Amino acid sequence: MSPAHVTRALTPSQTVGPFFHDCLLRADATCDTLAGDDASGQRIHVHGRVLDGDGMPVPDAVLELWQADDHGVYHHPADPRWTRPTSFSGFGRVGTDEDGRFAFTSVLPGRVPGPGDELQAPHISIAVFARGLLNHLFTRMYFPDEPSNDTDRTMLSVPAHRRPTLIARATSPVDGSVGARMFQFDIVLQGSDETVFFAIA
Amino acid sequence: MITTIGEIVRGDASVFPPYLYDAYRSTIRRAPRQPLVEVPLTLSEMTGPWRPSERVTPEDADLTRNAGTGGEAIGQRIIVTGHVTDEGGAPLPNMLIEIWQANAAGRYVHKADQWPGPLDPNFLGIGRCLTNAAGEYRFLTVRPGAYPWRNEPNAWRPAHIHISLLGNSWKDRLVTQMYFPDDPLLGRDAIFNAVPESSRRRLIASYDHDVTQAEWALGWRWDIVVGGAAATTFESGP
Repeated sequence: MSPAHVTRALTPSQTVGPFFHDCLLRADATCDTLAGDDASGQRIHVHGRVLDGDGMPVPDAVLELWQADDHGVYHHPADPRWTRPTSFSGFGRVGTDEDGRFAFTSVLPGRVPGPGDELQAPHISIAVFARGLLNHLFTRMYFPDEPSNDTDRTMLSVPAHRRPTLIARATSPVDGSVGARMFQFDIVLQGSDETVFFAIA
Repeated sequence: MITTIGEIVRGDASVFPPYLYDAYRSTIRRAPRQPLVEVPLTLSEMTGPWRPSERVTPEDADLTRNAGTGGEAIGQRIIVTGHVTDEGGAPLPNMLIEIWQANAAGRYVHKADQWPGPLDPNFLGIGRCLTNAAGEYRFLTVRPGAYPWRNEPNAWRPAHIHISLLGNSWKDRLVTQMYFPDDPLLGRDAIFNAVPESSRRRLIASYDHDVTQAEWALGWRWDIVVGGAAATTFESGP
């Protein structure tokens, strides 16, 4: 958009504060499954913690999640390859518990078109909201042992020593996760292991 | 207000608050300290959750009666309405608007709110609606009270309504708060004042007598502007 067309100033952000649970996480507003049982693709279970600058759990955070389906298609009108609504949504919203823990299930996302002719590495977009965050934070979760991470333009925008903060860790299956791949992904808001957050606006 | 203001801001630094604003104590150990990383805008950022929830009902927008008790919330009845547009003024329909607020006495139902303000059994303090074809939202609620918090000695938050807007694009997600004009607590509030001074007024609603309904409710108008994905170009595949 050229400046000549900008006529209205954006509304500033404010924190979600500590009292959002009854609204943002009410039973029919929270969503810990990004893909219905009948969605195609490799099932995944993701769990992790949100930690502050003292390494203490953040018990009052909300994560929103957004991803493409297993073919790398976003179920959204702005994705020209998308055709029709299905049981796959690609959207999730989960809160953290008193230990800062969160969990969600989905299918492994496919590769999405990126800048130029390149495909992006599989990833899940994450927005972090919490008391004390005056504006939400954007990051991405990538997958381990994925060769395309090395050519992903978003990943390459990040200083090499900080890239590991964006890559989930594969963990052992647990009961109830038959056939699913398990991943752990912690989000560190501040400190030496601080997660990379993006200047998306 | 004397405070340390961090340099890390996402978005226009004349509009959006910094992550570190130490007068708001909760930012100190939660604000990132590393620079935000510039990344290309891709389909991942230009798409986003958008299908309106089929669960949203007209009753959800009436906070005076949606507690399910059959009773009505106590307080000054108000209508809060406005238009959601992009920067070019284009209306944004089908946005999911979610709000939460304290009751007329300044008390939240939330279990973590334990100050001795009275609860109202007929008020949950949560509501939601979808913007219509003109980008308009509308709620009936009661005017929230101020409430104390422990940010500094004798700290009170000015009356406000929390609001979440979902449905344009991932990059343009917005959560913010609406305030009322002439509130003597605004000047002391660390959260409100974290917004750059020239932009603070955009968080304050205006009294609108055309919205006011005779012998029923006072009207407040608050328009919201979020980035418009459709008008923006981005890098993508062939």
